[in-house]
Amino acid sequence: MNDHNSELKGSHMKRTNNTGDAPMGNLTRRDAVFAGAASFALASLGVTESAHASAPPAKPTGQAILGFSQEVTVLHPLMAASEVDQGVWWNLFSPLWMLDAEGKFVPVLAKAVPTVENGGISADGLTWRVELRRDVKWHDGKPMTAEDVRYSINLIKNPGFRAGNRNGFNIITSVGVEGNHVITWTLKEPYSPLTSMLSWTFIVPEHVLSKNTDPNSPQFAAAPIGTGPFRFVSRKTGDHVLLEANPDYFGKGPSLNRLIFKYVPDLNAMYTQFKTGEIDFIGHQGIPANFYKEATGLAGRRVQAATRAGVENLTLNLAHPVLAEKAVRKALNIAIDRQSICNLVYYGVPKPANNFLTPTHWAANPNLPKPEYDLKKAAAMLDQAGWLRGSDGIRVKNGVRLSFTNSTTTGNQLRAQTQQLIADDFKKIGVEMLIKNLVAAVLWADFWKNSEFDSLMTATTYTIASDPDVTNRFGSGSIPKETGSGANVGRYKNVGVDTLLARARQEYSIAKRKEIYAKVQELINDDLPFLPLFNEVFIEGTKAGLDGYVNNVNARANSWNAANWRWTA
Amino acid sequence: MARYLIRRLLQSLLLLALVSMIAFAILHLAPGGPLAQFLATGNMGQEDVDRLMAQYGLNRPLPIQYLEWAGNLLTGDWGVSYRDQLPVLKKIGMHVGPTLELMVTSTLLAMFIGGLIGILGAVRRHSFFDHLATIGAMVALSIPTFWFGLAIIYVFSVNLGWLPAGNRENIGDGAFLDRLRHLVLPCIVLALVSTAVWSRYMRSSMLDVVNQDYIRTAKSKGVPAMRILFHHALRNALLPMITITGLHVSTLLSGALVTETVFTWPGMGRLFLDSVSNRDYPVVMGMLMFTACMVLLGSLVADLLYSVADPRIKGASK
Repeated sequence: MNDHNSELKGSHMKRTNNTGDAPMGNLTRRDAVFAGAASFALASLGVTESAHASAPPAKPTGQAILGFSQEVTVLHPLMAASEVDQGVWWNLFSPLWMLDAEGKFVPVLAKAVPTVENGGISADGLTWRVELRRDVKWHDGKPMTAEDVRYSINLIKNPGFRAGNRNGFNIITSVGVEGNHVITWTLKEPYSPLTSMLSWTFIVPEHVLSKNTDPNSPQFAAAPIGTGPFRFVSRKTGDHVLLEANPDYFGKGPSLNRLIFKYVPDLNAMYTQFKTGEIDFIGHQGIPANFYKEATGLAGRRVQAATRAGVENLTLNLAHPVLAEKAVRKALNIAIDRQSICNLVYYGVPKPANNFLTPTHWAANPNLPKPEYDLKKAAAMLDQAGWLRGSDGIRVKNGVRLSFTNSTTTGNQLRAQTQQLIADDFKKIGVEMLIKNLVAAVLWADFWKNSEFDSLMTATTYTIASDPDVTNRFGSGSIPKETGSGANVGRYKNVGVDTLLARARQEYSIAKRKEIYAKVQELINDDLPFLPLFNEVFIEGTKAGLDGYVNNVNARANSWNAANWRWTA
Repeated sequence: MARYLIRRLLQSLLLLALVSMIAFAILHLAPGGPLAQFLATGNMGQEDVDRLMAQYGLNRPLPIQYLEWAGNLLTGDWGVSYRDQLPVLKKIGMHVGPTLELMVTSTLLAMFIGGLIGILGAVRRHSFFDHLATIGAMVALSIPTFWFGLAIIYVFSVNLGWLPAGNRENIGDGAFLDRLRHLVLPCIVLALVSTAVWSRYMRSSMLDVVNQDYIRTAKSKGVPAMRILFHHALRNALLPMITITGLHVSTLLSGALVTETVFTWPGMGRLFLDSVSNRDYPVVMGMLMFTACMVLLGSLVADLLYSVADPRIKGASK
């Protein structure tokens, strides 16, 4: 990798803004350095700039180019898609409600988020009633009504539709409307995670989509119509998607006139374009960790290490003869030097993790033991479990060598280095970890879903829509190889965890759910079906004059609130 | 001539059918599938994968999938991308423009400069210039494109700020001058290597000719050197270049992967890589068929041009 050390020239900043109508103004270098440093300090204190920014302009002005290393592909918000696609959906469409950066539900299309307390959900948890805002219009001018919500829910349930996933929707038995602005539905059984699932369910227009007999018709994806703060203008595949301000938006904003989602496939090229000012925001997957230090010192740029929902981890296949033994997993867990991995390989950017939930998650259990690193203790644990060193230094028990493979996607240098560090430490305690990496298209196929691996190194987001119901990941009924559904590829089974998860799904009280999930985390932390390494971090940044960026771990991309971004300098 | 043309076209069709079958089989038998990109983001379970496989018809026998694809192709339906739902032809259309823009400019530049260097090198064989050109070509061929691209971005964009660090245009601008500014750096990167290649072709082709008897005869008759060079030698030396150019047509359209990546150029090379790595079968197949057509067409046109340029061939192809 090459290393750029130069400072940014003022001329770049002017040049790159000449396409929009909002110049950055005559920012001197000292101002820019100060602004950058101050914003970084604020960001590290957890204070977001938006709270301090000036009032938004009366009319949307200027444009922002948002750089992403993944291409925006799917513009139908109910279809299978990637993180970056959702980054566009937040701006084109609206859900009934959403989770803000603090993890609180905030109504969007709905007037209020239904709970048992406010009567939106019946006492038995089976009937939901949601009142919608009356002032919402589709981008083509037609009013948004309860029929659109009904259509969207039914579309997800439609067996012929290529929905991304249907978590929770399969237990909705009937959907009804009362007048134009009230939607109701009933469930087969109480299901509290549905509130979270709906926070990622973007409502689509019935009057446009119902004209197509094929629910997967590509027409809508070519020119999507939503209710969001921006309207679709055009897309050039392999290059960008262009949106413009929706003057009829019912919510706050938008302050920018145009929003451009730019695909920059190479991370180094993306960082260079952030430096030269060709892109105004560097998003998913951010600045490479080796440039973090340099990036924080760039004039006229604000850079933030944004903790995301994913956890970098070793997923263990519990059907493997070696990894099936809990004592082995416990020994391996303390034979990983997480702090050194974070410091040496990832330039001190991420923090060691001990849980499948991020520390800021509302249900995160703060009392889990901190990850320790103790090779002597690890070796002693293996001795005690009857694994004794063989002639080649690798331990053996009942004729089985303490050896397994680890796989990740090829081409990721930092992961390859991490694998090497871990393998070296494992070797010191008599464990052999062989490295067998595969290209992404091969790894994320049968190899993954049929649990053909011994262990995997990936970043896993265990929650869906930030809901702590991890049945899909840890439920014994969610092992694809055995049950044909779910994503519990490590083949973890614990009746206690199953029971607790089932109880929590039927419980609507946040306080009670939190209690149950705390126990789930304790059990999983003790069983160690996966070895957490660190919380995934994207180093994201904006030009200093672009205000409003807020890291929201509950949205899949940080363009979620671009409606409130604006140029202030 | 007409019979020759028909025979060539029939051969081409047969070849295309074969190419499509082999490509389809290899592509579908390669491990992994188009849904991997969604599994990687961890938002789907096995049931979703199975459902989508069935909905896309990917769990049917391969020959049936092939026949359906080929049947659609014959009726002009190239299919729809699994990734963004856009029709394959539309996607190819969006990427061909940028690629042609980049490749044609850099190739013309390379042919012109490389041609001149080659001719001079051949005429002044073993001169200081010839040695310099040879060494220069070796160096140019050995420099990794990726490194060279990053290096000139570092100098001209990051340090000097003269030219943009990538992209085809400032979105929303796209005027001629804006496009031109964006074209300069990637064009230089691509032209560097091709100039080296063309100069070598031209030099050896020219060397073949300047040692021929008729050139010596012309010299001894007292024909001026420039007239010998351009009238007698160059015309003959250009003949093999026509074939090379014909074969080069497909390269013009298939794009330059590395340069397109470094410069964020939305061309065919990127589209191909993105489509292959995401197993976007309809797009990959569409691009393969498109490129195969262009290769066949390029070599056919080259052969026809050759017969125009070289009267000796004309008789043989009748």
